[in-house]
Amino acid sequence: MRSMTGWPKVATTAVAVTAVGALLAGCGGSRPSDGGGSSDPGITDSTIKVGAHFPLTGVAAPGYSEIPTGAKAYFDYVNANGGVDGRKIDYTYRDDGYNPTNTSSVTNELVLKDNIFAMVGGLGTPTHSAVVDFLNQQKVPDLFVSSGALAWGDDPDEHPYTFGWQPDYEIEGKIIGQWVKENMPDAKVGLFLQDDDLGRDSEKGVRQYLDDQIVATARYTSGNTDVAPQVSSLASKGADLVLSFNTPSYTALTQLTAQKLNFTPQWFYSNIGSDPALVGSLLSRFSEGAVKGTNSALDGVLTTEYIPGVDAADNPWVKLWQKVWDENGGDGELTNYRIYGMSEAYAFVQALKDAGPDPTREGLVKAMEEDMADSDGPQLAPFRYSEDSHFGISGMQIVRLKGGKSEPVTKVLTTDVGDADIDEDDSGQADDAPPSSGIPDKS
Amino acid sequence: MATSSALPVRAWRRVWSGTGSRHLLLALLGLLAVIVYVEAASDFRNLQFAAFGYLGIAAGGLTVLTGLNGQLSLGHGAFMAIGAYTTALFLDDGSPVVPLLGVLVVATLVTVLAGALIGAAAARLHGPYIAGATLALAVGVPGIALHFSDTLGGEQGLGVVAPPVPVWLLDLDYFFTGRDLTPSRYLSYVVWVCLIVTFVLLANLSRSRVGRRWRAVRDDDVAAEVAGIHLGRARVSAFVVSTACAGLAGAVMALVVRLTAPGGYTLTLSLTLLTAVVLGGLGSLWGALIGAGLLSYLPQLATNVGESLGLDQTRAAELAPLVYGAVMIAVILLAPTGIAGAVRALRARRTARAERPPPQTTESTVQQGEMSR
Repeated sequence: MRSMTGWPKVATTAVAVTAVGALLAGCGGSRPSDGGGSSDPGITDSTIKVGAHFPLTGVAAPGYSEIPTGAKAYFDYVNANGGVDGRKIDYTYRDDGYNPTNTSSVTNELVLKDNIFAMVGGLGTPTHSAVVDFLNQQKVPDLFVSSGALAWGDDPDEHPYTFGWQPDYEIEGKIIGQWVKENMPDAKVGLFLQDDDLGRDSEKGVRQYLDDQIVATARYTSGNTDVAPQVSSLASKGADLVLSFNTPSYTALTQLTAQKLNFTPQWFYSNIGSDPALVGSLLSRFSEGAVKGTNSALDGVLTTEYIPGVDAADNPWVKLWQKVWDENGGDGELTNYRIYGMSEAYAFVQALKDAGPDPTREGLVKAMEEDMADSDGPQLAPFRYSEDSHFGISGMQIVRLKGGKSEPVTKVLTTDVGDADIDEDDSGQADDAPPSSGIPDKS
Repeated sequence: MATSSALPVRAWRRVWSGTGSRHLLLALLGLLAVIVYVEAASDFRNLQFAAFGYLGIAAGGLTVLTGLNGQLSLGHGAFMAIGAYTTALFLDDGSPVVPLLGVLVVATLVTVLAGALIGAAAARLHGPYIAGATLALAVGVPGIALHFSDTLGGEQGLGVVAPPVPVWLLDLDYFFTGRDLTPSRYLSYVVWVCLIVTFVLLANLSRSRVGRRWRAVRDDDVAAEVAGIHLGRARVSAFVVSTACAGLAGAVMALVVRLTAPGGYTLTLSLTLLTAVVLGGLGSLWGALIGAGLLSYLPQLATNVGESLGLDQTRAAELAPLVYGAVMIAVILLAPTGIAGAVRALRARRTARAERPPPQTTESTVQQGEMSR
């Protein structure tokens, strides 16, 4: 091409000389077979580095981008109160725009350049899938993945450093399925499913109990914003209870589409799609103001809950979160997404304390497996962590939304994947309260 | 005495004036520069460099299609996806049946097949209609992975395990550097050797009869046809060459990203490639390289600058798309022929000033710029 003609000769000579020099300087010998070990990166006597990837820009950013701000506020709160065993937590979160390619590159940066000790709360199924092998290969603890996919917990041998966080989609499906079977045995059930692991795993759980009550199944592909065909197929098959496993945007879209079609079943949205504040604002945005985006937009809708939300202002955990946000938060109000981030951060501090005064990566993983299952925390049901399982929170309660608040419909129900029974939780996990310092003690 | 000192100069001139030999020489120098950088840089910098490389390969292919043949493709991300998925199907468990080179060749060939098919259709279309057809491709191809989720992994995608570094290369690298060749540096080498080979072939091709036909078709298809050039053949061949680059880029991208999922091959990727080509300068391989480099390093740079200015991490991350947009607008306003085009114009102006008395410089620059476009 024409532009290639005029390379200055001096520059070429300089480059060539440097290159040859650099090559010769390093010459010699044959390769030794093994390298020596070294102490874990990311931790000194005064700091510990942790990182995460979140969508801070792009279509997935609304809501999700608030999670790391909550986690950061809590870490700042801990740092302001002396840190963990004298170490300040240095928390770096980077934007992946919910694109696996970017997740891969920001995780390279976190692990290879920033030298994080552990990853805490990396968000998303396709995004985190891009880095889970890399993190385990590099032996970076990969705690509390912000996604309900089964992949984070079901195979500790394959991914010994990875731990899940929220109740996985399968047990959520099971809990919802059994409740409907027992309490609405005559309902004609329609399923509205996101066509990926979210829809697939949830459907598996639901069908364990409801297989013969399901009259219609509709799937949508994330990114396709016209759900009229799906909603009208549910309507035409006479569904009067729709179990929806989707993201918040699709809660708003199904609500608007159902209004247009005059389809009024009982809606039951899974946890990830039911944040009333976010769905409310999406409703008003998608309808260009025609639907008022108030908290009561989802009144009467059933959903599930596994950590107390911002609506439960009297809950001792929410009081702590409010205090943390007031003291250390940035712009904006405390939201459910920020509480989600704070809850993960709290669990991380707990695990770090359990790993002892001089934590190593191995030690942190061991503490996760041995000590975390019965630790106090905002989670309504205990974690399932053990040597054989890296699944997170073991259960949730079913709630009904009213005026942006959730009213409990059941006690906290716990279970596990596969054919494990569903029981009312008797561990008292939902009734614990944070220590007065707001920072967990060693369990 | 005089003849002996003139001999190397004459030899140099001969190498420099021959198209093929000049490109080879530049490639050799490029390879040396790559070796120096790869050996000096950290693992993280190398992976970033590798990302720059695969974007560069795809942008190089696109600039040949759009810049030299005048076909606007909005679907090169889809061709990258085809290359990437082919690679992922071979390398899902780390014990590939064929060596890496074979995988890259197969991935490129599969993409070429798809490219030939689409290219044959696109050759019948003009301007915006080609853009529309390829746009449909960019939107549609990721959907294929969702539809055949059992084979292609659905939304979660397919993991890609890069094969281990060959022992001979480990030994060779150790002999020269005294260090172990890390997988990151190895990947960086793989990507950049691919880039250099691709660019030499593209540069030679564009200076050959084939390249002249492509330009002739771009500039005036009626005139080209009258001159005996088969329009369809020229268009399809440009499309095929261009998609081969995209396929190869996708294949090495799969290695670097370690996962091939539909979320990585959305329309955004196709638009990113087009942006790289426009930023760098349409039709110039140097421009494609510069554009790809800008897009690989700019977001991180903007975020880091934002953080060092005291912005919180969320705001700093939001700075990246802002800077991206601002740079795009600035380049289009200030250097409509892209960065490579602006540099070329500047150099032409300088040459003109040196050769002629001042008043006529502007006119001659315009002429030079036009001719070399």
